[in-house]
Amino acid sequence: MHVVFEFGFFTSAPVRTALIIGAVTAMVSAVVGVFVVVRGQSFAGHALTDVATTGGSAAFFFGWSPLLGFIGGGVIGAGAMDLIGVERERRRDLATGIVLGTALGLAALFLYLDTTKGATTGATQQLLFGSIFTVDPSTVPLVLGLSTLALAIVVMINRPLLLSSLSAELTRARGINVRGVGVLFMIAMAVSVGLSSIAVGSILSTALLIGPAAASVRLTKSLRASLIVAGVLGVATTWLGILFAYDSFYWVPSSQGLPVSFFIVSLIFIAYLMSGLPLVRRRFDRPRANSVGASNASTEVLKAVS
Amino acid sequence: MTDVPVLQVDELSVSLSGRQVLDHVTFDVRGGEFTGLIGSNGVGKTTLLRTILGLQRPDSGRVLVSGTPLSPRSRSLGYVPQKIVVDPDVPMRARDFVALGLDAHRYGLTRRSPPQRELVEQILHDVDAERFADHRLGSLSGGEQQRVFIAHALISRPKLLLLDEPLANLDPRSVQEIVALLHRVARGYGVAILLSAHEMNALLPVMDRIVYLTGGRAASGTTDEVIRSDVLSQLYGHHVDVLQLHGRVLVVAEPGQDNQDIPQHPTLTLG
Repeated sequence: MHVVFEFGFFTSAPVRTALIIGAVTAMVSAVVGVFVVVRGQSFAGHALTDVATTGGSAAFFFGWSPLLGFIGGGVIGAGAMDLIGVERERRRDLATGIVLGTALGLAALFLYLDTTKGATTGATQQLLFGSIFTVDPSTVPLVLGLSTLALAIVVMINRPLLLSSLSAELTRARGINVRGVGVLFMIAMAVSVGLSSIAVGSILSTALLIGPAAASVRLTKSLRASLIVAGVLGVATTWLGILFAYDSFYWVPSSQGLPVSFFIVSLIFIAYLMSGLPLVRRRFDRPRANSVGASNASTEVLKAVS
Repeated sequence: MTDVPVLQVDELSVSLSGRQVLDHVTFDVRGGEFTGLIGSNGVGKTTLLRTILGLQRPDSGRVLVSGTPLSPRSRSLGYVPQKIVVDPDVPMRARDFVALGLDAHRYGLTRRSPPQRELVEQILHDVDAERFADHRLGSLSGGEQQRVFIAHALISRPKLLLLDEPLANLDPRSVQEIVALLHRVARGYGVAILLSAHEMNALLPVMDRIVYLTGGRAASGTTDEVIRSDVLSQLYGHHVDVLQLHGRVLVVAEPGQDNQDIPQHPTLTLG
């Protein structure tokens, strides 16, 4: 029987890098994710992960940084979705679907080229499902910089973004550039997806984007509380996932560690399932508004004016 | 109160994808008045409100707010659009949405000051929304949501409040409550109200003036001046009768009239 915190967990350099990158990317994903959930743009968020896959696999093929490939792909995809009309509600799914399909086709090409070029399937595994333990520590400053950028965008536009999520028409009537706000948010989303791609892989970055946020909006009644709960859930599941993956080296006889992303995504799923339990309780607790008093008062007013 | 009307719509013509929707529409709304914009569905009420807000470009004519052309960023107008669908899962309390009325156009982080928070409480009280102020916006009933949307629009103290079919899809009791509420806040806040509806009877006790829209053209004035057989017949371009029945008004076309704006069956009301 071995201890959970296996000797060397905190002194291992790859683990330290993984914990830092995991925490930062989980935090950004959670914050952006809450707005994605509120805006009902989960499908667009998932499409961005597919476009990020294309960018990452292309970058790998040309020998560039996969992180920049993920983000570059995401930003180009966000632009394409805006041009087709992601902001017009009826065309949103259409635009998303078209971009997603095209991107995955290109990703298929580049992933094929990546594997034949290196005669290895490691590239596919790494791009799609991540390899947080192999991240070069020198990319940490870049990750921190890009995270700051994504968070700064969301903080800057948070109120116009929130109002436009509820009613674009009302937002326009207040003189706010709804499309501009939407494009800025798509860029923040693309950066966020690119960042979590290096943690859990491009395909699974949807889980980090949507999962903690979806759980938190079920548990909280205000946006601020949702952001905090989502951030805590994201970081907690990521760190626990890293710990389990590190430990899993000793779990199976083959002495082969299991993928981090498997643990992170499983923990997020468990967190989401658990978030449903208090929700049920709270729904029952919620007292129905009693409007009899107000009705009588209004009738009095009506009588008075007529 | 100055003599300049809070809203002047002057010879306004608007086309949507080549089809003329509004044809030289002219009317005024004076400060603090309750004006009903009445017309059947699809007659151009929403287009008219959108043009007033600067969201739709007119072919010709102009809109003046307090005597000056409306700038796109003007916030002297409050607006309650027809359809705001709020998912029950959106983590936003009614109180939060009202507060957004103060600063939704601001970028970055700002902390709401104590006077601002008091203003939110005050307006929640004024629209009878205190009971559900801490409930999720998406969990509220249609009538409760309307109160919150009205509070959101009122909190920036506009001179004119535009409401697009706020009574549609409400049960009769909620309709009465919302009409009474609007009448009360119009007086209390000194805000003029322009409210569109396809049914005028619920508004008869509170309307100071009416703008009756049909076939792209409008007749305006007090209810007694407009809801008359001769005025409406001229507007429709054929004979209609205006019937008074237990304090309700029915506008009735002769059977066989081929006009889509008016019900064929005499027992249907148009308003």
